[in-house]
Amino acid sequence: MTEVPTAGVGARQFLPIDISGVDPERLILWLGEMLLIREFESRLDGLSMSGKIPGGLHLSIGQEAVAVGIAAGIQPQDLLACSHRSHHHALAKGLAPRSLMAELFGKATGCRGGRGGSMHLADASVGFLGGNGIVGAGLGIAMGASLASKMRGMDQVGVGLFGDGGANTGRTWEFVNIASVWKLPLIIVCENNMYAVETPSERLTGGGSVSRRAEGFGLPVHTVDGQDVVSMYRATTAARDRAARGDGPTFIEARTYRYEGHSTGQIINYRTTEEVDEWRSTRDPIQRLRIALQAAGRLDDEVFDEMVLRARATVQDAVAFADESPLPDPISATRDVTGLELGLGNAR
Amino acid sequence: MTPVTYSQAFQQGMREEMQRNDSIFVLGTDLLDRGGHFGQVLGLGKEFGAERIRDMPISEAAMVAAGVGAALNGMRPVVDLNFIDFSFGAMDEIVNQAAKMRYMFGTPIPLVIRGTSGVALYAAQHNNSLESVFAHMPGLLVATPSTPADTKGLLKSALRGEDPVIFMMHKKLSGTRGEVGGDEDLVQFGRAAIRRGGSDVTIVGYSQIVFKAMEAAKTLAESGIEAEVIDLRTVMPLDIETVAESVRKTGRLVAVTEEPLFGSIASEVAASIQENVFDWLSAPVVRVGAKHAPIAHSPTLFEAVLPQAADIDRAARDLVARGQ
Ligand SMILES: Cc1ncc(C[n+]2csc(CCOP(=O)(O)OP(=O)(O)O)c2C)c(N)n1
Ligand SMILES: [Mg+2]
Repeated sequence: MTEVPTAGVGARQFLPIDISGVDPERLILWLGEMLLIREFESRLDGLSMSGKIPGGLHLSIGQEAVAVGIAAGIQPQDLLACSHRSHHHALAKGLAPRSLMAELFGKATGCRGGRGGSMHLADASVGFLGGNGIVGAGLGIAMGASLASKMRGMDQVGVGLFGDGGANTGRTWEFVNIASVWKLPLIIVCENNMYAVETPSERLTGGGSVSRRAEGFGLPVHTVDGQDVVSMYRATTAARDRAARGDGPTFIEARTYRYEGHSTGQIINYRTTEEVDEWRSTRDPIQRLRIALQAAGRLDDEVFDEMVLRARATVQDAVAFADESPLPDPISATRDVTGLELGLGNAR
Repeated sequence: MTPVTYSQAFQQGMREEMQRNDSIFVLGTDLLDRGGHFGQVLGLGKEFGAERIRDMPISEAAMVAAGVGAALNGMRPVVDLNFIDFSFGAMDEIVNQAAKMRYMFGTPIPLVIRGTSGVALYAAQHNNSLESVFAHMPGLLVATPSTPADTKGLLKSALRGEDPVIFMMHKKLSGTRGEVGGDEDLVQFGRAAIRRGGSDVTIVGYSQIVFKAMEAAKTLAESGIEAEVIDLRTVMPLDIETVAESVRKTGRLVAVTEEPLFGSIASEVAASIQENVFDWLSAPVVRVGAKHAPIAHSPTLFEAVLPQAADIDRAARDLVARGQ
């Protein structure tokens, strides 16, 4: 990775990104999506602390470009499954902010009617197969879905995501192996934000890096700057083309960073503030795209400020919607457990 | 003595036993610096170092496998699975390896597998009730303490015993306080505790639901119904004799559990009691448990699935009315 000047925060510069050859209109769209994710996520800490949202949440602030770049590089019919850190992928794949916020509130109008919550968001209508409470499990679901796409002869690709922590659970590599052997139309993405809860993954990951490990499975492996939405987009597009040609899966390790704690309401003392500052002030995915667009004469401060306000308004609308929405009917808690009526007296 | 929390009780028990026995060590995620996700080994990293408070990656199968192998070769591992739900990824190592080694090969496996259990927030995949699943598997012991004292005392017994123990600590109890015993105060496995005496109806449960049973006993007492509340403390072994003894006196039993009722510990207790003390029963045994559904995110939904104190109260009242 590129060296960064260390003469104090003020002296730092954002690392440049290469936007050549990409339609500026699309870039502006992606910038808007990243802003929406950031504004959305930034509201959640307070909502969780005040009890509006039951329980803690895994925020994706800092990781916006991974989600937006992937979503931009695939097609609407493609299917994506991810981990417990899922809000950014849900939004990027097209889950409506209202529907997501109401789900977090545990309301009837949420995408899963209040059943799922933060780790179990899903919306089949936009190809979002779901987040997951079990580390590594999302990749397996996407792998199986891509098997079906292949068997049914569909122009459809699966995307399965896991974290650097997920790279240390055995099931992950079972999935990679099968995808490779069967040449499944799957894009495998390790969202490496360097920490699994409070453990620096470097300390417990043998073999040099996640990418080095993946190379042993005989599929193309790319280590990508996850703070550059355009790099993520390019890597994903190439992976999708390959999958659609029938040539099999691609492994992408996206190097990224979460600005906040593992989940809401946590005190961080396992990493330095300098480290966080460095990521924020040299690699922030929103600022880097903004600067690139400005340099190309495609964006001015006024328009950017408007975009921020628009994102904020969308989030405010989602919060108001969630707040006003009704709670689910308690009677419904035992419905739809199985397709077959079990006769266990649940209906009472 | 000053009261300590349920999590601190575990930590105290660990500390005392680790000081006493060099072969005890802990494996799991975020233990060394953070002290575990519930503070259950807080401070032990500093005291015992990284060799004995061993941080693991998120590799549950490897955690338990390491524990089984080390246990049969002279060590006493404690595997901290964080949430008990993550045992699914190590089920073979627990059920097919740890549980059966003694029987198959004659090698005892002194292994403690700790997991945070019970139902609270975080939805379906973090709220599986697995006590009856583990209790069903020959070779495993299952501890389900409801108080800090039992947590510490049962942990000590587990760490001085010879068997693989699934040590289940309820989420909602982490911060509850109570007095704990000293260095040599062990709580034996398979000994239920009578939390409240009564002669009209017996209510039996374990872990957090015991508090709901106590609440019900209170409202029942206001109507002149005296309930005897029994806390099983371990569900394997299961102290059916203490329950039977009580039922011989009261003639009525409400078996409660937070698990879905089908195939639950409450079902086992009910079957055992009607087999063994049928002649003393003045009404059929009643079970109160969770409805047959996963745990939703929204509290509105999951509270509707869980058994509440009011359900226990109602069941007990019905029994008393029937058995007059
Ligand atoms: C099988 C399993 N083990 C443990 C956990 C608890 N847990 C939830 S998130 C997490 C850390 C995951 O780290 P990583 O994969 O790097 O994802 P990140 O949180 O950094 O996005 C852990 C240990 C879990 N949910 N599932
Ligand atoms: Mg991580």
